[in-house]
Formats: sequence, C-alpha cells, structure tokens
Amino acid sequence: MTAKISYDDVEVGTELPAQSFGVTRATLVQYAGASGDFNPIHWNEKFAKEVGLPDVIAHGMFTMAEAVRVVTDWTGDPGAVVEYGVRFTKPVVVPNDDQGATIEVSGKVAVKLDDNTVRVDLVAMSAGQKVLGMSRAVVRLA
Amino acid sequence: MALDQSFVGRSYPPTDPYEVGREKIREFAEAVGDPNPVYTDPEAAKALGHPDVIAPPTFVFAITFKAAGQVVRDPQLGLDYSRVVHGDQKFVHRRPVRAGDRLTVTSTIDSIKSLAGNDVLDIRGEVHDEAGEHVVTAWTKLVSRAAEGA
Repeated sequence: MTAKISYDDVEVGTELPAQSFGVTRATLVQYAGASGDFNPIHWNEKFAKEVGLPDVIAHGMFTMAEAVRVVTDWTGDPGAVVEYGVRFTKPVVVPNDDQGATIEVSGKVAVKLDDNTVRVDLVAMSAGQKVLGMSRAVVRLA
Repeated sequence: MALDQSFVGRSYPPTDPYEVGREKIREFAEAVGDPNPVYTDPEAAKALGHPDVIAPPTFVFAITFKAAGQVVRDPQLGLDYSRVVHGDQKFVHRRPVRAGDRLTVTSTIDSIKSLAGNDVLDIRGEVHDEAGEHVVTAWTKLVSRAAEGA
C-alpha cells in the first residue's frame, strides 16, 4: 500500500483538493445496477413522491462513494483508506433533466494519528445543503 | 412499535461466500465514475502492492447489506422495512477487498433504541475471507420512522 502523500508533509488543517461530482437519473440507474440497490426512491419519481420525498433522490451510498474520492484521489491508493464513516443528513435530490444534481466535496486533515495515519474530515454539499454529517476517513500515508 | 431489546447481541449465521470478480469491481467503479486504474488494471494494482485489482472503499456494502437482510427480514424482530431509512454507515478495513476474495459476512445486532417513536437499529457485519482472516467490518444504522399518527 503506497500512498503518494507523505505523512510528514501534512499538517492539521491541510486542505485536500476539492471536487464536484455530477449525478443524473442515468447515473442512479447505473449505480442501482452496479450496487444491487433497486429501491424505487432512486429512480421512480411517482414512488418517491408517494413516500413523501420531494423527488427522486440519490443513493446515500452513492454520495458516500463520491465523497471519499477526494481522499483516494489525493493519496493515489484507495487501499490506504483504513476507516470511513458518514451520517446521511439530507438527501441529494436529482431532478429529471440534463443537469441533474451536483455534489461538492471538500476535505481537510483534522488529526494526525499513529502509524502514519491521518483523519480527514469531509464536507459534502448539494444544492446548498450539507448532505453528509460526521464524514470522516482515516487514511494511511507514506 | 418498539423493537424487542432482547435481540441486542444476537448474531446470525455467516452467509455463503460471495466471490468478488474483477468485472464486478469494474462495473462498480464505472458506476461511481472513478477512473483510478487500481480498480481495473491488475498491473496498476500490483504496482501499489496489491495482489489483484482492489474494490473501492464502499463496495463491500453491497455484500454486507444483503447479509443484513437476515436481520431486517427476521419475522421475530418485526422491523417495518417499508419505513426504513439509512442513518449512518461506517467501514473499518483491515485490508482492501480485492478480486478473487471469497467473503462471508456475520451480522450482529449491536443496539436497538427508540428515539421519538423511531426504531434505531445498529447492525454490524464482520467480513472474513476464505482463510478466515478479517477483511472489513461494516456498521449500518437503520432508522424505521414512526408511522404518522402513531
């Protein structure tokens, strides 16, 4: 496991390169197939509204998968992610148009831990709302 | 209706092995739009010290959540799945999941709480490989929302 970022080169407060990720209805259908999560709230507008949602929403696990890319693209080796946890605070609402929704993710080093690991705290926003809470990854650096 | 506290600590039998395939990992990486070659190119994975392509950090959820179905659908527990939302998710990896793994999941109910009429269920999935080595643990918090007017 070889990360391209060195533990000695980061400090508490070091910012990771922020990224934004687009998500359309087509993305959700593809993710449903790949993940095996076919809950209709992620592709059927009528069903989503019947259960009280504003529209179709992204899979929480899709958002979780996108957010950690800020960490894995930074270290280069996704195998260096030791821990990763999130709280699903708000849904990512995905309208039925060409633009869909955008998930904006930023992260910074919050704590330097033992064994060349650091805790990165992530912030994931969509449509001006925080969609993940307590979003933290522990990653092993070189 | 509040869930029965006596289910806390209950473990379910390990699942049959799930064989992780290279093409399934590729399909997942493409679905999240991640072009990192460590997911698709065995040589790129080996260059980072992995014996074969690895899976993205959240890939294993597909396996652990299916295993958690034993808990969710346990008629004795009586969870109303139609009202369930995913509250929290956490993974702790001993090593990354990789192609060729044959993984079993043992699900345990860690806690049951009732908060403002909602049932909150914490399920832990311990994932082991064919050699019996621990690979990853997944914690899933499910919230069964109280029925309106209940």
